[in-house]
Amino acid sequence: MLVLTYLWIIPLLPLLGAAANGIFGRGWNKGIVSAVALSSTTLAFIATVELVREFMALPADQIPWTRAYFPWISAGGFRADFALRVDQLTVIMLLVVTGVGWLIHIYSTGYMHDDPGYYRFFAYLNLFMFFMLLLVLAANYLVMFVGWEGVGLCSYLLIGFFFLKQSATNAGNKAFWVNRIGDFGFILGVLLIFRTFGTLDFATVLPKAAAMPVEPVGQSGVLTTIALLLFVGAAGKSAQLPLYVWLPDAMEGPTPVSALIHAATMVTAGVYMVARSHVIFLNAPFAMQVVAFVGCVTALFAATIGLVQTDIKKVLAYSTVSQLGYMFLACGVGAFGAGVFHLMTHAFFKGLLFLAAGSVIHAMGGEQDMRKMGGLRKKIPWTFWTMFMGTLAIAGIPGFSGFFSKDEILLATQRANTPLWILGVLTAGLTSFYMFRLLFLTFFGEQRFDEHHVHVHESPRSMVIPLVVLAILAVGGGWMAAPLLWGKANYFAEYLSPVFVANQEAPAAAAESAGGAGLLQALLGAPVIAGLVGLFLAWWFYIRSPETPKKLAVSLAALYKLLSGKYFIDELYAAVIVRPLVWISDRILWHVVDEGVIDGTVNGVARVSRESGDRLRHASTGNIRTYAAWILIGVVVFTSLLLWMVS
Amino acid sequence: MQGVLDAVGPESPGGVVVPTSYYLVLSAVLFGLGVVAFVFKRNIITIFMSIELMLNAVNLAFVAFSRALGQLQGQVFVFFVIVVAAAEAAVGLAIIIVIARNRGTLDVERVDSLKH
Repeated sequence: MLVLTYLWIIPLLPLLGAAANGIFGRGWNKGIVSAVALSSTTLAFIATVELVREFMALPADQIPWTRAYFPWISAGGFRADFALRVDQLTVIMLLVVTGVGWLIHIYSTGYMHDDPGYYRFFAYLNLFMFFMLLLVLAANYLVMFVGWEGVGLCSYLLIGFFFLKQSATNAGNKAFWVNRIGDFGFILGVLLIFRTFGTLDFATVLPKAAAMPVEPVGQSGVLTTIALLLFVGAAGKSAQLPLYVWLPDAMEGPTPVSALIHAATMVTAGVYMVARSHVIFLNAPFAMQVVAFVGCVTALFAATIGLVQTDIKKVLAYSTVSQLGYMFLACGVGAFGAGVFHLMTHAFFKGLLFLAAGSVIHAMGGEQDMRKMGGLRKKIPWTFWTMFMGTLAIAGIPGFSGFFSKDEILLATQRANTPLWILGVLTAGLTSFYMFRLLFLTFFGEQRFDEHHVHVHESPRSMVIPLVVLAILAVGGGWMAAPLLWGKANYFAEYLSPVFVANQEAPAAAAESAGGAGLLQALLGAPVIAGLVGLFLAWWFYIRSPETPKKLAVSLAALYKLLSGKYFIDELYAAVIVRPLVWISDRILWHVVDEGVIDGTVNGVARVSRESGDRLRHASTGNIRTYAAWILIGVVVFTSLLLWMVS
Repeated sequence: MQGVLDAVGPESPGGVVVPTSYYLVLSAVLFGLGVVAFVFKRNIITIFMSIELMLNAVNLAFVAFSRALGQLQGQVFVFFVIVVAAAEAAVGLAIIIVIARNRGTLDVERVDSLKH
């Protein structure tokens, strides 16, 4: 019961690592810095494993396990404790965050080895782990919000890690600003929760929300408003339309950061928050529809952009946006367990893909353009095979983890909403296409770089081992749901079912329908066919006849331009929001309000007092008789005034 | 206390009683002279003397009222004023001597360095 009693140990360990490296790291050599960073994350992972062991032994009536450590804010009727909570959902998230985070820390010791900001990188990375663990362990919305903002801060710091590069600084700023919009929605939602329920504790809010009547579409009430506001926050953090624009730019950060923060953990915080608040969403069907629609459209939209990107990390970034869309689609159709399942498998395979991409970039000496790669399969076999596993997983090839989670989502969507299901299947095909395109362009075909300039080499062991571990997880991570295929219960969904108690019939129904349909249909279901078609098309385009993509780009020039221009969303935002804002700030707020009104007032006060002082100082002669005369005149004036008033 | 007041009471038998207003007029005249001298004279010692004059004019008014109203407090005040005036004379004259030594003059017009 040690870790369960002192839950704060888990987030504290990375915080200590961050503090040690942040304060003393500058003077330490790289060995000590990595030892501190790795030991703190390793211990956090061990503590989590111990927590899981203790949690397994808990009787069911003690779950969710909540511990309030000290009253944090107490003002009037408002009270918030520093309280942490563990339930099945937390356990999954903790394992993903500490497990994948630990692997990525190991990888980073190899990847960042020659960087002068080595200690700074690990201080930020550990700090991120602290805030992320706080976010998932929180027992009320306020502690969650602290973690939420903290991971945003670390994301900003790490995107702008190469701060001498203007583009990296801009990308960091963009991420921060776009997240402000989402976070504003989130905090409004939290305030509305407090106004409605009088507390922010999950343990009180969620049952109360569950007890409230369902608000039919068209008669939206407070729950719908709360749900939509929370979803604005989730859309900002998890890069959904229309707030996804920061994530592709966030690839300016070092690749391990893209893997940890912008693929595996932080960006899934929105999904986690929606799943945590699912009872509010379930009683607000309109909000559910919005979530499903936004998620599905984002999935398709980002996948189409991913088709034509040439930067290896940009493809993965749009893929992440797309996969997050799948998770929200799952939440929107009520399959929260499937959403969290996809969150987990995505953390495995997308973390793997990013790390493998980092290994490719490392091998190519910093080159990220896939058009300048090719034929790397033989030169970096470990990277190739692990990335191949990740690609199979994300493409939903049967047997790999992505297959189970994506199929579960699409199965739930099929029952809930057919048009969204069609879009989801289409996205599955596109996903498979762009991922195999990436794989073929990078590892197959002829070398499109000059071998005299680029010394291609396999990455060091510290980078390869995390790749292998993640590859194993990406392949096998989905088998918890495998019994679904032969009509048995889905272990993962069953494990989470106490958390999503309000929605218990969904996984059961899924098991039933899958069981009825049998193994064959699941294997040959539409998403799998779409994935195989995508694979075939990618093979045809990039291996069989490599001229076809160029011809297509010419014959469909308008479409190609639209996609490679990313639908010109950035340009649209620049024209509609950024430039008017800059204009107003510059012309009105700066030159009129600031210079005219504010500076004018301050300077005016100063000028009035200076000039009046300049005049009045002549009255002060320094001659004592003048002062006496003034006193005399004053006495005479006041005395006569007094006499006049009395009479 | 009552006995003392009786001894100096306004209705002393067999004597002409001077009205209080006479004392007050005299006090006002003395005070006015002090003020005028304070404002118009240049010599610091004269100014100092005019302050003494004003203080004593006030003392006179105090005593007059004390007698007219039959209350002793006014006279007590006078003692305080005299004591303070003595102290002031000691300090003030010392300052005047220092000024005279440092500047070689007692003209108040030329002692205006407070301004600078």
